[in-house]
Amino acid sequence: MRIGGEGLIDRGARLDFTFDGHGYQGVKGDTLASALLANGIRLMGRSFKYHRPRGPLTADSAEPNALVTLGRGPGQDPNARATTVELHDGLEARSQNRWPGLDFDLLSVNDALAPFLGAGFYYKTFMWPRAFWEKVYEPAIRRAAGLGAISRVHDPDRYEKAFAHCDLLVIGAGPAGLMAALTAARAGAEVILADEDTHPGGRLNAETLEVDGRPGRDWAAAVAAELSEMDNVRLMTRTAVVGAYDQGTFGALERLAPDIAARRGAPRECFWRIAARRAVLAAGALERPVAFQNNDRPGVMLAGAVRAYVNRWRVAPGRNVAVFGNNDGAHRTAADLMAAGVHVSALIDSRPGATTDLDLPFFPGATVTDAHGRKGLEAISVATTSGIDKLQAECLAVSGGWNPAVHLTCHMNGRPAWREDIAAFVPRDGAVPGLRAAGACAGTFSTRACLEDGIAAAREALEEMGRTAPGTSAPRAEDGAYAITPLWTVPGKARAWLDFQNDVTVKDVKQAARENFRSVEHMKRYTTQGMATDQGKNSNTGALAVLADATGRAIPETGTTTFRPPYNPVAIGALGAGAQGMGFAPRRLTTSHAASVDRGAEMLEVGLWYRPSHFPARGETHWRQSTDREVTMVREAVGIADVSTLGKIDVQGPDAARFLDFVYANTFSTLKVGRVRYGIMLREDGHVMDDGTTARLGETHFLTTTTTAAAGEVMRHFEFVHQCLCPDWDVRFISVTEQWAQFAVAGPKSRDLLDDLLDTPLDDAAWPFMACGPVGLGGVQARLFRISFSGEHAYELAVPARYGDSLFRELARRAEALGGGPYGMEALNVLRIEKGFITHAEIHGRTTAFDIGMDRMVSRKKDCIGQAAAERPGLREDGREQLVGLKPVGAVKMLTAGAHLFNETDPADRDHDQGYITSTGFSPTFGHFLALGFLKNGRARHGEVVRMVDHLRGVTAYCEVQDPVVFDPKGDRVRD
Amino acid sequence: MTELLAKTPCAGLLPLRAGTTTLTEVDLGQLTSLAPYRGQAAALSDALHAAHGLAVPGPGQTTESDDAEAIWFGRALVLLAGPAPDASLAAHAALTDQSDAWAVAELAGDDAAAVLARLTPLDLRASRFPVGATARSELAHMAASVTRTGEQAFRVMVFRAFAQTLAHEMRTAMDGVAARRTR
Amino acid sequence: MRITCPICGARDRREFTVKGAALALERPARDAGDVAWDDYLHNRDNPAGRSAELWYHETGCAAWIVVVRDTVTHEVFETRLADGDTEAGS
Repeated sequence: MRIGGEGLIDRGARLDFTFDGHGYQGVKGDTLASALLANGIRLMGRSFKYHRPRGPLTADSAEPNALVTLGRGPGQDPNARATTVELHDGLEARSQNRWPGLDFDLLSVNDALAPFLGAGFYYKTFMWPRAFWEKVYEPAIRRAAGLGAISRVHDPDRYEKAFAHCDLLVIGAGPAGLMAALTAARAGAEVILADEDTHPGGRLNAETLEVDGRPGRDWAAAVAAELSEMDNVRLMTRTAVVGAYDQGTFGALERLAPDIAARRGAPRECFWRIAARRAVLAAGALERPVAFQNNDRPGVMLAGAVRAYVNRWRVAPGRNVAVFGNNDGAHRTAADLMAAGVHVSALIDSRPGATTDLDLPFFPGATVTDAHGRKGLEAISVATTSGIDKLQAECLAVSGGWNPAVHLTCHMNGRPAWREDIAAFVPRDGAVPGLRAAGACAGTFSTRACLEDGIAAAREALEEMGRTAPGTSAPRAEDGAYAITPLWTVPGKARAWLDFQNDVTVKDVKQAARENFRSVEHMKRYTTQGMATDQGKNSNTGALAVLADATGRAIPETGTTTFRPPYNPVAIGALGAGAQGMGFAPRRLTTSHAASVDRGAEMLEVGLWYRPSHFPARGETHWRQSTDREVTMVREAVGIADVSTLGKIDVQGPDAARFLDFVYANTFSTLKVGRVRYGIMLREDGHVMDDGTTARLGETHFLTTTTTAAAGEVMRHFEFVHQCLCPDWDVRFISVTEQWAQFAVAGPKSRDLLDDLLDTPLDDAAWPFMACGPVGLGGVQARLFRISFSGEHAYELAVPARYGDSLFRELARRAEALGGGPYGMEALNVLRIEKGFITHAEIHGRTTAFDIGMDRMVSRKKDCIGQAAAERPGLREDGREQLVGLKPVGAVKMLTAGAHLFNETDPADRDHDQGYITSTGFSPTFGHFLALGFLKNGRARHGEVVRMVDHLRGVTAYCEVQDPVVFDPKGDRVRD
Repeated sequence: MTELLAKTPCAGLLPLRAGTTTLTEVDLGQLTSLAPYRGQAAALSDALHAAHGLAVPGPGQTTESDDAEAIWFGRALVLLAGPAPDASLAAHAALTDQSDAWAVAELAGDDAAAVLARLTPLDLRASRFPVGATARSELAHMAASVTRTGEQAFRVMVFRAFAQTLAHEMRTAMDGVAARRTR
Repeated sequence: MRITCPICGARDRREFTVKGAALALERPARDAGDVAWDDYLHNRDNPAGRSAELWYHETGCAAWIVVVRDTVTHEVFETRLADGDTEAGS
């Protein structure tokens, strides 16, 4: 229930929300957990395995119990920690992992079955029959145990990613973080101060401590205000730094304020990559519970959380509260509760010599042994020297001490070190290069010491960056010693919880030790302790202590578990931000794209490019109709295809020819100016890398083309060969792929079309096959190449890309007037298969020049990339699979790419494999399918019949082996 | 005679506006890449100065004259924007026309840097990337050139064929940043 | 991860692609024989520790860079231009 007094809430701003369908009211500044507690709701969830009733344990992001689902429908957000969910008007939250309801959960039968469900239960029980693993056991277990569910439909929420850079990243805006940021900012460094909370201040917002003579939260707000006025500071609230990575890179998750996230175009969350020269980790510490019987009852909370609910949200977590601890924090809790007017029924301090001035029932040297009340705490049992007392309490505030938040220091393999005086692990220096821990996360617990630590850490970082820090002294603050006597467990017969989220008890850890899972890594995996989404934030140290005790070792020699990123759970949507829909990959569109789409072309993705599959004509309902027509059109009239996507690299310089001779298998230095030559490029291991034509535009100027998909790879290869293998050669490359829009004009009427289009008709003598040169086109300087990928008399015409759209429309119109028109990738593919021209389907990375019948092209007169390796006998022996053509000769007429080839009567298995098919297409020219493929010793087997078996598609066909070139084998048409 | 119509890379896609930020297509005139031959960097700079009144910029920098700008564009590579290159330059560098190869746009407004932070890993803090600074990097997975043209203005260049993706990614980032503005 | 390009300065790893061991720089002569070519093409050490690699500043300045780094800690000790810094100036 809400109590009076000032906190970090705005009582005037009332907010309506629902939980499990019931309407409630909270106020601005509330979390979902504080608002529910203010409404007297303690039961917020059911546990993972036993379906035990649970309420919040914490008031922060370490929360293991109060996990809820927010929203409804496609964007519903499961496993939100109620302790960090900012309340907003209209918030809809639901509890999880219960059926039919939170209050009455039939699956809580698991709790009664607990004796059978201990550590290793799954491993021991669901062993046989093996066939049941996936079909029976796993679904049943998943139904009974678990967390919230995703909607299983497309998430409509927007997530964002962003980059930030700074000199100093300060992680955490508590006393140490604020002072570190202030010190660095005043020295002129560019600072990012990130904190997961809505308000900077850290524990100061939850305590009644004073800093500089005023309430701590006021001091924090004033420092934050000063920082946010400075140009060199970026204050990032609601931003949890969740990972530390190489070279000062950090990952951080920002949740946007609910009112901003609701705006049009706004993301829910933004995942930041922050590059920082130096970092200060001021992440504070996490309080740990004490394990006693039934310590998971709703109403049992960490003492620091109780102080936060009382001081920050002005919520009493119960009408009467008992406090139990092994350190002075318990006393502070009792004092704060009393000051707020909440009845404190007992203060139980496990330290025998403890004293207090507070006017309340005080039990020094005593422990809480049990918690009573099924769906909410009603009473506790306290063991004193005189016996067991049962005391009434709706809330028990527990403190087992504090664990420094060392998490980020473990992300790069760092292992924290044990400090006996505070009974906790602290970071080791240098665990993350450039990062130093300050304040509570380094084991410094008094407010004053934290402030000083923050200043010192910033000064060290500044010095390393060559800056001098102006003298800054820490403000006055509480400087008490942290006195703790370790208390991990209180003995008892019933279960005592260590890991609340994964339902791991003291018994489970002891059992693991008995069964010889003595290594902490084994214990963790066997019991699942620390393996929930909270990574054991509240439980790792306690579990380690129990394991140490059970195995008769000290804690440091038992080991430690480390933490991995992310510190808090991060939605996959945030990690993959921007990659949905059009953001998945950039789209590269040709200048003819719009005109092609206008014509109804279906676009195919090739690399990042989009190219037309076919251009449906009136009445055509199937792509094959269009493709057959387009192939015939090119063979009989003229076709137009956009070939701009092929990579084009301008190669210039005194050593240009020499370079091309080195990087290609064949020779280009002998090419005449104004001529084009086909070439193949090998990888250094002797396999074919790419192919294409190269034109010599001038004595020291070449234009080389690559295949569409390999353009980037070839450019990288050129630069590698030049910079790494022959840096003294004078040659320069630049991609001109995007500068030119280039169109194939192919077919017997191509010459007619161009003569009419170009400023000057083509002169036969000047334009033989494989000629190239400049032409004029309506005053535009264009380039013409007489080359052919179809086997027809053909040209490629290139204009500066600004004219591409206009030229494509013009070419298509003119081709149609001549009985032709544009053709797509499918027709292009059939045309080249008829001619036996290869693509990356054939030069797929495992084929050599010998395999594709181009061994003669590998010049032996010079060195070239891949030449030495290509000479190895194994890469050129007759038994290798060689390029062949294939045509169907049996009843089944369809050939399929990817099918394998076998001798006619051999079984179709791997031992008898003879080769495979790489490309197929229906040839309207021949009236049947044609294929290209690789067959063992294939060039000597033309005329032989082999069996094609496509195991995947279930197709078997007999086909005859033939020369890859079936159309116009002498090449008369291209020269005509 | 056929008359071909010219189309700019971002025709129909820009301008865009969201909050205080605008994205506008820019015409830089003729673009010519200059790749100095071996040992010719200084000679190219002199020739460039004599012909166009500007020096070859060092890595990450731009230089300007009345009618021309030289943009550092990579290892041993400069982009001359504005005039047609003087013939004297060809003795010292490989010249290539790139006028149609790039979609060029200017992002301007108080949130310009914040918008780019959604798209590129570049460090664009004014202290590191002042007016006149330029960099090659990636922008939403596209190879890009980014230049600071004003306190709150950047020029971005991506391959022409990426113009639609550029507009889409910019729009998304601009909307997201605009939504955060206090109203 | 960030790599310092000798031309562009410290940059995000997204701008780079990696090729593998810097051994690729030491291409044998055409007639060096099978053993030398086999070593060049196929045989690589796999050190847990210091390792010299070739990286390409692909979406940056297009320089090939030798990156000497530790494969365990990921510390980068040194970066230098693969072409021996002959043309970094422009």
